[in-house]
Amino acid sequence: MYTQALNTSDADDRNIEDAAHAAAFQARIDAEERIEPNDWMPAAYRKTLTRQISQHAHSEIVGMLPEGNWITRAPSLRRKAALLAKVQDECGHGLYLYAAAETLGASREELVDQMLAGKAKYSSIFNYPTLTWADIGVIGWLVDGAAIMNQIPLCRCSYGPYARAMIRVCKEESFHQRQGYEIMLTLARGSEEQKTMAQDALNRWWWPVLMMFGPPDQVSQHSDTSTRWKIKRFSNDELRQKFVDATVPQAQYLGLTIPDPGMKQNPATGHWEYSAIDWEEFKQVLAGNGPCNRDRMAARRKAHDDGAWVREAAQAYAEKRKRRQVAQAAE
Amino acid sequence: MATASIQVSETPLVLYTLRRADDALILGHRLSEWCGHAPILEEDMALANMALDLLGQARELYSYAAEVEGKGNDEDKLAYLRDVRQYRNLLLLEQPNGDFARTMVRQLFYSAFADLYWRAMMKSSDATLAAIAAKSEKESAYHLRHSSEWIVRLGDGTEESHARAQTAVDDLWAFTGEMFEVDAGERALFDAGIAVDPAGLRSQWLDTVSGVVGEATLVLPSNDWMQQGGRDGRHSEHLGHLLSELQSMQRTFPGVAW
Repeated sequence: MYTQALNTSDADDRNIEDAAHAAAFQARIDAEERIEPNDWMPAAYRKTLTRQISQHAHSEIVGMLPEGNWITRAPSLRRKAALLAKVQDECGHGLYLYAAAETLGASREELVDQMLAGKAKYSSIFNYPTLTWADIGVIGWLVDGAAIMNQIPLCRCSYGPYARAMIRVCKEESFHQRQGYEIMLTLARGSEEQKTMAQDALNRWWWPVLMMFGPPDQVSQHSDTSTRWKIKRFSNDELRQKFVDATVPQAQYLGLTIPDPGMKQNPATGHWEYSAIDWEEFKQVLAGNGPCNRDRMAARRKAHDDGAWVREAAQAYAEKRKRRQVAQAAE
Repeated sequence: MATASIQVSETPLVLYTLRRADDALILGHRLSEWCGHAPILEEDMALANMALDLLGQARELYSYAAEVEGKGNDEDKLAYLRDVRQYRNLLLLEQPNGDFARTMVRQLFYSAFADLYWRAMMKSSDATLAAIAAKSEKESAYHLRHSSEWIVRLGDGTEESHARAQTAVDDLWAFTGEMFEVDAGERALFDAGIAVDPAGLRSQWLDTVSGVVGEATLVLPSNDWMQQGGRDGRHSEHLGHLLSELQSMQRTFPGVAW
């Protein structure tokens, strides 16, 4: 586990948890300093970040599946190329994020094992199926749009490696979002069948996308410390509201209807007020009972298991090669 | 009607360009099927990357074929509205992915050819094909390096990986001869300096492939029977399934923009 090499200078005081260290740490956070891998940090800060960054990484990887489902069926070569490039970017995001998580002392292998064992979560949204091509447009427009809302504030997150990963990720995500919106625009300006397809996709994804921002503020379990440590800059509900306000005019421009008959704009605040979210559905999806949870995990486990002999071969070859080099040097 | 398959006026240059476009599209399609299912994340990226390169080559070649034909076809019509018998790709490239060893052996056999082929085609008297070749050569050199390194790792890795790689070499070998076959129409293009005779690339291809296979402690089969037919639209049973998936949207919703 190469990440241990990062801890050489402070190896001794890494496990100290006292008031003086905690106060000095909080002072750095309050001064908007970035925390770096070798710096002292509370064990709970390390744990919370490892959890959040690794679950973010898992989401990128599981998120390749719903969109990957349409690569071989994309309706034009241009769309196919864009989708393939996008899914490749997502894999890259997963790799940045695992690298960021590894600076906290975890290993990618152990984090991936946690996900495959069902002990670590990934974004609830990827447990919904992509049934039509319009879903690919909606995922770009709304799912990536929601991800950007969540991730832009993370570019200023107190942990340096995570903040820097987010800056790179957000650049690519914004591009994906525009591509997704352009797919929707083409469908919305297309044939009646295409418009119906677009509306149906919006109907199916709208509420699950709102759930991506997490539980309402009064029940969010990680919010308090995350806010104090400047891992989180805005509450779940604040970000969700920002997203809704940004998205409603986009839907209107497309000529599509948001599937929330109770939604109305508050003339005093300018905010769009939406109806109650079905938190029971959210709870079920997180508990593994969404429409695709089992399929997603089965696909990732199968890739992992089927690939074991390939990883073993690469390892065996690397060892043989090393032995040969040593033997050669000794001659 | 837009639902029906299009007819293509296959002049020698159109047919020649289509064959290369189909090669790139079909292999790119196969590689893209790996998306999200590769043995490691790095390989997921690499496979998608190669698929994307090939798709890019296919688009350039289809666009050029459509332009040369001049009948109002375009890259999408050529890709989505021709049926199995009109597809002209090599049989090797439509073979199912199988395990990772099979995918990599298929890639090695083709990339070792494509690398030489595109390098030679950079001298084509046809400026468009020469330009496509100049870009494709850079990509195929990367694909060759990637697949060669994996074949060596798999062949000289564990007993299991060695056995799987050897099986893949044995099973796919019979599809390699087709890369070097030509017909009369192509001969005219060689004489005009537009295309290169692949037969002239065979010994160099064999050197590259034997080198990699040898370093991987694998052996090339002694059976030299070679399957043919892809170039004339006589395919294996695999292509029809591939095309029904690839073309499903354009066939279901004909004549609209996406």
